[in-house]
Amino acid sequence: MTGAPVWPGAVAVALVVVATLAIGSLGLRLSRTTSDFMVASRTVPAFTNASAISGEYLSAASFLGVAGLLLTFGADMLWYPVGWTAGYLVMLALVSAPLRRSGAYTLPDFAEARLGSRRVRTICSVLVVAVGWLYLLPLFQGAGVMLGAALGLPTWIGPAGVASVVLVNVIGGGMRSITLVQAVQYWFKLTALLLPAAVLLAVWLGDGRPDTERLGRPDFPTDVLAWSNPLADGGAQGLYLTYALIAATFFGTMGLPHVVVRFYTNPDGRSARRSTLLVLALLGLFYLVPPVYGALGRVYAPELAASGESDLLVLLLPRIVVPGLGGDLLTGLVVAGAFAAFLSTSSGLAIAVAGVLGQDVTGRSWGGRRLGGVAAFRLGAVIAVVVPAAVALGEPSAGVATTVGLAFAVAASTFAPLLMLGIWWRRLTPTGAGAGLVVGGLGSGAAALTTLYLDGPAGWVGVLAARPALWSIPLATAVMMLVSLATQRTVPPGVRRFMVRLHTPEALDLDRG
Amino acid sequence: MSSERPQRVRVTGPARRRPPRARVHEVDAESRLGSLYLRALVREQWWLGLRTLALLMLGLGTLPVLFFALPDLASVHVLGVGLAWWLLGVAPYPLLVALAWRHVRRAERNEDTFTALLEELDGPRSGGPDDGGRA
Repeated sequence: MTGAPVWPGAVAVALVVVATLAIGSLGLRLSRTTSDFMVASRTVPAFTNASAISGEYLSAASFLGVAGLLLTFGADMLWYPVGWTAGYLVMLALVSAPLRRSGAYTLPDFAEARLGSRRVRTICSVLVVAVGWLYLLPLFQGAGVMLGAALGLPTWIGPAGVASVVLVNVIGGGMRSITLVQAVQYWFKLTALLLPAAVLLAVWLGDGRPDTERLGRPDFPTDVLAWSNPLADGGAQGLYLTYALIAATFFGTMGLPHVVVRFYTNPDGRSARRSTLLVLALLGLFYLVPPVYGALGRVYAPELAASGESDLLVLLLPRIVVPGLGGDLLTGLVVAGAFAAFLSTSSGLAIAVAGVLGQDVTGRSWGGRRLGGVAAFRLGAVIAVVVPAAVALGEPSAGVATTVGLAFAVAASTFAPLLMLGIWWRRLTPTGAGAGLVVGGLGSGAAALTTLYLDGPAGWVGVLAARPALWSIPLATAVMMLVSLATQRTVPPGVRRFMVRLHTPEALDLDRG
Repeated sequence: MSSERPQRVRVTGPARRRPPRARVHEVDAESRLGSLYLRALVREQWWLGLRTLALLMLGLGTLPVLFFALPDLASVHVLGVGLAWWLLGVAPYPLLVALAWRHVRRAERNEDTFTALLEELDGPRSGGPDDGGRA
């Protein structure tokens, strides 16, 4: 980025921060009760809610990471956006309406309402915090790398800046303000990615559609054939890696704490289903765009892949292709979009983690004193944001997509079996659920730590650790079912009533427990 | 429960001749009939969910095996773009929306059938949607 002016990016980031805080403060006047803070009092219309779900979900991994991965590795990376979208179809098919009807605020609430066990609730709380932090960490690290590249700032500014804005916003307005912010941010992110992509495509057409193969350079790390293959390299291992990625993304979405919290803002089960349908359309629209950057990057900026800067492709490509003021303005737009992407997902995660901490940690009585609901939520938010930000400051670089993928794998190996069995299987017992959560959490968590801190061992062990979902989801599900079957005397007494609540339309005047 | 507030009023359709209690009561009373209704609904929604997942796996989950079995597919180009990019970059999204649309419609239909069944008064209503009760 030497020589290129930084003002477009700086202005854009400043505008995003101001706009986020301004829209957030609109909600501030309306947010009073704990319920307002956590689920916007369930008054959000379906389309706004769908935009908010999508806005929150589309993180920097989608905005920046996918295009970079596509540039470097080619078509097999298309599984990331496909899986991140298909996760909502799996959720729609098995989870979304019953989950909304359960009436719980958070995943631990669901577990406790379904199983009547404080112990399972505690395990869930620990897992929500673990998955939330595992996801927040790469976002804060990525923010540092991005702001460093776009604005020439030292790396620590990114985590610190994103963390501060998120904290102010979450503490100020909670969920209602965030809902509006997230809804606006979806449309902003789409514009910020789509408009430059359209200009880039126009330039490419104007250049006479130069071909990747004609321009292909020998230093490019992936050859054309591999780049066009939707399988990871290496025969059977590649096949395993591809299916494990599919499993983690398809089933991980329903277990992400910030996604699940968002569903409680629907007024009823049917609207939860309809928002999910809208979300699928909105995500699909967005994910059509990153491949354009990946493909044009291969034509115009293949050196980024060789130099390991592919995560910055979306930020750098407009200026490489369009010289002068036009390129500067487009750069400002994508920088703003990327920054918005960091803010929106980390806000959602912070709310989810803060909600759980606020209920189960800071909301407890400590030494005879007990904080009120809102104060406990705010203190929870501080803890939720400061811990991963501090880790990101200490350890500023890691692959965004790798770590996010591991967060999905842990969520898929713990909450996905809990939700699916809890909603559809009456014989689930607290002991069974707890055992499955522990086994799934420890298995996928150990794999995550091995991959993050031991650089991944070679051979099949490394392959199985890098993408654990394909073995850890069935393992956790089997443990949950077998232990439940062995402890059938402890099936919670209210399960029948709970099934009525989960599955019957709200219009019916039934006793829902 | 403040006393000066007006009483809450249930807003419903046109007044019925008899309150539709009979079968709703079956579910609340946990009678054999009520349990049967509930189990039928849950089972129906469960199989619908599994069918949706099966269609998803059929549409997308078979692609890796396909490209594993036929590696030459990777070099096929359509309109200057690799086949894999079309199949994975574009095609999945309309497919996902279509599957979701189908699922939402069928899930709501199952619920409507259940609602109609439970709200049904004694004696058949004219033109009621009980043909869906087959399922």
